[in-house]
Amino acid sequence: MAAPALLLFGLFGLVPLGGVVVLSLTRWDGLGSIGWEGIGNWSSVLTDGATWQALGLTVKVMLVSWLVQTPIALALGVFQAPRGRLRALFAVLFFLPLLLSAVAIGLTWQALLDPSFGIGATPGLHWLAKPLLGSPDLALYTVIFVIAWQFIPFHALLYQAGIRQIPTALYEAAALDGAGPVSRFRHITLPQLKYTMVTSSTLMLVGSLTYFDLIFVLSGGNGGPGDSTRVLPLAMYITGFQAHDMGRASAVATLLVVFGLGLSMLTTRLSGFTRMDSQQEGM
Amino acid sequence: MRRTPVSGNLGSPRVRRLVASAVTLAAAMGLAACGTSGPSTSSSAKGLTMWALNDQTILKESVDAYNKDHSDAKITLRLFANDDYKQKLRVAFGANQAPDIFFSWGGGALNDYVKAGKVDALTTSQVNSDRYTPSVMQSATFDGKVYGVPANGLAPVVLYYNKKVLADAGVEAPKTYDDLLAAVKKLKAKDVVPLSLAANSKWPTLMYLEYLLDRTGGAEKFTKIASGDSAAWQDPSVTKANQYLQDLAKAGAFGDNASSVNYDQGASTALLYTGKAAMEVMGTWEYANIAKAAPDFLKKGDLGYSAFPALTDGSGDPKNIVGNPSNFLSLNASSKNKADALTYLKDYVLNDSQVDAYLAAGSVPPVNGLESKLAAVKSSTDKEWLTFVYDLVDKAPGFQLSWDQALPSDQADPLLTNTDKSFLRQIPPAEFGTNMSKAAS
Repeated sequence: MAAPALLLFGLFGLVPLGGVVVLSLTRWDGLGSIGWEGIGNWSSVLTDGATWQALGLTVKVMLVSWLVQTPIALALGVFQAPRGRLRALFAVLFFLPLLLSAVAIGLTWQALLDPSFGIGATPGLHWLAKPLLGSPDLALYTVIFVIAWQFIPFHALLYQAGIRQIPTALYEAAALDGAGPVSRFRHITLPQLKYTMVTSSTLMLVGSLTYFDLIFVLSGGNGGPGDSTRVLPLAMYITGFQAHDMGRASAVATLLVVFGLGLSMLTTRLSGFTRMDSQQEGM
Repeated sequence: MRRTPVSGNLGSPRVRRLVASAVTLAAAMGLAACGTSGPSTSSSAKGLTMWALNDQTILKESVDAYNKDHSDAKITLRLFANDDYKQKLRVAFGANQAPDIFFSWGGGALNDYVKAGKVDALTTSQVNSDRYTPSVMQSATFDGKVYGVPANGLAPVVLYYNKKVLADAGVEAPKTYDDLLAAVKKLKAKDVVPLSLAANSKWPTLMYLEYLLDRTGGAEKFTKIASGDSAAWQDPSVTKANQYLQDLAKAGAFGDNASSVNYDQGASTALLYTGKAAMEVMGTWEYANIAKAAPDFLKKGDLGYSAFPALTDGSGDPKNIVGNPSNFLSLNASSKNKADALTYLKDYVLNDSQVDAYLAAGSVPPVNGLESKLAAVKSSTDKEWLTFVYDLVDKAPGFQLSWDQALPSDQADPLLTNTDKSFLRQIPPAEFGTNMSKAAS
């Protein structure tokens, strides 16, 4: 049964990956002929301060995103889980950002955050008329905010589904024992959501490595101001498709793959996800 | 008020690059997709393909005129969005699927193709290139050979101003850099942004550096840089130009929010015609943008324009201009329809009726001897503008191509990033040259 999947993964996953690794050892401007470069691209990428800065920003986006999104998504999931018409309506509203494309979201927020003609121009909201996307100190956090706005709905949905799977018998028993809502949340909901949280966190962390389109649009295509939002995927794109240095860009791409693999292995290992224990022990 | 500026018939080379490229990122990432969607040059035995940018309405008319006369060898014109186009063209050439005739910006990007042997040189007799403005032709001339014919209007960068705002503040249009600094003070006191700048897009900031270096050290400084001399970036005049830019920023010339303003969203243009800003340094395509977004502003005669201010202690000629001389149409070296392509390039590009069409659209085509045609323009607002642009280019000893277009493509990004850092004063003026010198070597 696994053969077709393996074939597809090999064809569309492993073969291009191998191609990128080979390309990272060459010199190619996308136009002329391909020349052998050896480890030249790698040594220049690894000794370039810009690479490490981009990696640092990527890690920062990843961690701050996780810290911001997880509690909000969890809270929304808890809110949406019980059935009810009003909650269903809210759930739909919360879900809307996920339906928009990253480019549409980027352009919309860029317009909204324009200090002269955006939200900041509304009477009473003048305190928002700040260069949120234009200040090297604030731009990254503004980007993280927009990312959160886009992805929280998805993770809230995950939590909502997770909560709805928790057997109601657990809550009923706890209520009989006199446990209040807070203690029910702490001692039943949270532990039962462990694997949902692992899934959501893995998606969030590994997904952070691919944030590109949104940052591209929000930063005027360069990861600016300066290079304050130039995360690794964006650096890869700029190297490959603006500077036309495919070899170097491939080295950066390989670096991203290695980093992403390591990260997803680490999260599953640390969380014990691989042991595949039953989620409902003792039931 | 919020609208995307349309480059209209002016064919501004860099407008909306962001939106366009972002929307089509998928295409850029998938090389295969590009290869298959590009029309093959051998798709029909007779018949040409031509690729150009969106919004080239007048160019399209010339193709239509050609097709009417040559039904046996028609040109299929494909129009693309900005950045998407650059990548698509590059991939198509790499895969030998490139069009017979292609549109480009001249300068370093075109030279990439010339060096790779992908473009044919055009002799004067083949395309009659003597009738085009010489300073413009320099952008498509490499090693003394011409590799393209200009295909749209001249786009030098000029200083626009809102006459009413300047008058309210008791300020004259600045003739020198010192005038400009003095005007900044008065305008700030009136609570208007002295210079509207879309620094989020970065290339508008670069326009200041281009002019400031030219005014400080003369045109030869950048010519030396563009010739590949990476040490030339460390010339003291490069530092001085950055110093002038930082001084302007420090004086508050660009307001507090410039780095959030994106050109593609039309905000910097809107600041000027709504009177929230007094001046803007921008390419000539801005005239058509304003005409479209605020026709009343133009009709009332509130829009003023002049050359970029001079520097009293600079050694550059204040008559020099920078910007985008024009876009070019070039011939694919492996085209199978060269004779037909040359017919089109010679007889249909910027011919008499095309010149009229460009003038009617408020754009000056790079053709010699337009005086009588200019005199015949009906609208006095337009005539004044067109004459201003024509004289500016005609009298200019040098017309420098925008740096990001003139330099090889691997230097464009370090250039824009360092310009931005200098503007934000994240790096001292001298570091700009040091960084660029490193990136260029």
